[in-house]
Amino acid sequence: MHRFANPARFLRLAKPLTPALFWTGLLLAIGACLWGLFAVPTERLMGDTVKIMFVHVPAAWLGMGGWMGIAIASLVQLIWRHPLAGVAARAIAVPGATFAAICLLTGSIWGRPTWGTWWVWDGRLTSMLVLFFLYLGYIALANASSEKGDTSRVAAVFGIIGAVNIPIINRSVIWWESQHQKASITLGGSSIDGAYLAPLFVAVAGFSLLFGALVLMRMRAALAEMRIDARMRRMADD
Amino acid sequence: MKPKHQRLVLAVIAFVALIGAGFIAAAALKEEASYFYTPTTMANAKIEPGKAIRLGGMVQKGSIKRDADGVSITFVVQDRDATQTVAYRGITPDLFVEGSGVVADGRLRPDGVFVADSLLAKHDENYVPKELADIDMNTAEHTKDTLSK
Repeated sequence: MHRFANPARFLRLAKPLTPALFWTGLLLAIGACLWGLFAVPTERLMGDTVKIMFVHVPAAWLGMGGWMGIAIASLVQLIWRHPLAGVAARAIAVPGATFAAICLLTGSIWGRPTWGTWWVWDGRLTSMLVLFFLYLGYIALANASSEKGDTSRVAAVFGIIGAVNIPIINRSVIWWESQHQKASITLGGSSIDGAYLAPLFVAVAGFSLLFGALVLMRMRAALAEMRIDARMRRMADD
Repeated sequence: MKPKHQRLVLAVIAFVALIGAGFIAAAALKEEASYFYTPTTMANAKIEPGKAIRLGGMVQKGSIKRDADGVSITFVVQDRDATQTVAYRGITPDLFVEGSGVVADGRLRPDGVFVADSLLAKHDENYVPKELADIDMNTAEHTKDTLSK
C-alpha cells in the first residue's frame, strides 16, 4: 500500500485506469439499464415498476459501500498516516452522497405505485435518509478547512463514527417491522428470479466501475489542486 | 510499542466500542422502532380501543369481503400466531391482494375490529416474472416475510 504513498506513482497508475473504468462502467450500466428496460418480463405483482430496481439497487449499494470506503480510508489515514487516504475519503464523499440521493429518490418513485405512498418513516427508509445527511455533514466538515488539500483528522473521525449507521441500515428490516421488504439477496442465495438477477448484477458492476472512475477523477483533481496551491505559495514566497 | 501500533490498537478499541454501542442502542429500540404492530404484538401490548396505531401482517386468504356499497371492505390480517379483523372504507392499493402483506393505519373499535383509515401494500422480497407464477394474482407466495418469521 505504501508503494502509493508517492502521489506521482499513484497518478501514473490512475491516469490510464480512469478512462478504462469509466468507459467499461458506462457501457455496462447503460447496457444493463436497456436490458432491464426492454428485455425483462413484467413482475407478478408489480408489473413494469420492477424495472426501477436496476437503478435503485446499485444506488443503494454504492451509497452504503461509499461510506464503508470513507471509513476504511479514514482508518488508514489515522493509523498509518497514508498521505493519499484522506484524499481518497474526500473524493468518495460527493459520489457517495449522490448515489444515496438517487437511492432515496428512485425508492420513493417505486414506493408510490407499489406501496401506495412516497415515503414512510420505517427503519430502512429513515436510516438511509440518515446516511444521506451523514454524507452532507462529512462534506461540510471535509471542506471546512481553508487550506487546499488539507486532510483534517476531524473529518476522518466523523467518517469512522458514521460507519455505525451501515450495519443498522442493513439490519433495519430484520430488527424492526418495516414497510420495506426484507433482503432479497443474502449469503444463503437470492429470492430474485434469474430474469431480473442477471441484468441486476451487470448494473451493479457497471455503476460500481463508474463510481470508481469518479473517485479516481476527483482524487486526481484534488492532487492537481494541491500542486497548484503549493506552486502558487512558492511563487509568492520568492 | 511503535506509535503506529498504538494508534492501531486505539482505533480498533474505539471501533469495537462504537459498533457495540450502536448495536446496544438499536437493540434497546427493538419495539419502539418497529413501524407497525403485528396481530401478535398488538394483542401482547393490550392496545386500548381508540388509540391510533399501525397494524401490519398478511391478508388471510379468502378473507376479503366487499360490502354492497362497493367501497367498504373487511378482511383478516394474520401473522403466524394471531389474526385481527380489519374494516376499511376507500380505494385499496393495487398490490392489496389476499396472501400479500398490508400495513394499516387506524384504531381498535370497542368490539375488537380494527378500523383502518389508510392501507399500504407491502411487497415481499420475492421477484417472480408473471408468466412463471403458476398462481393467479390473488395468491402470492411468501417465504421469509411476516407470516413465517
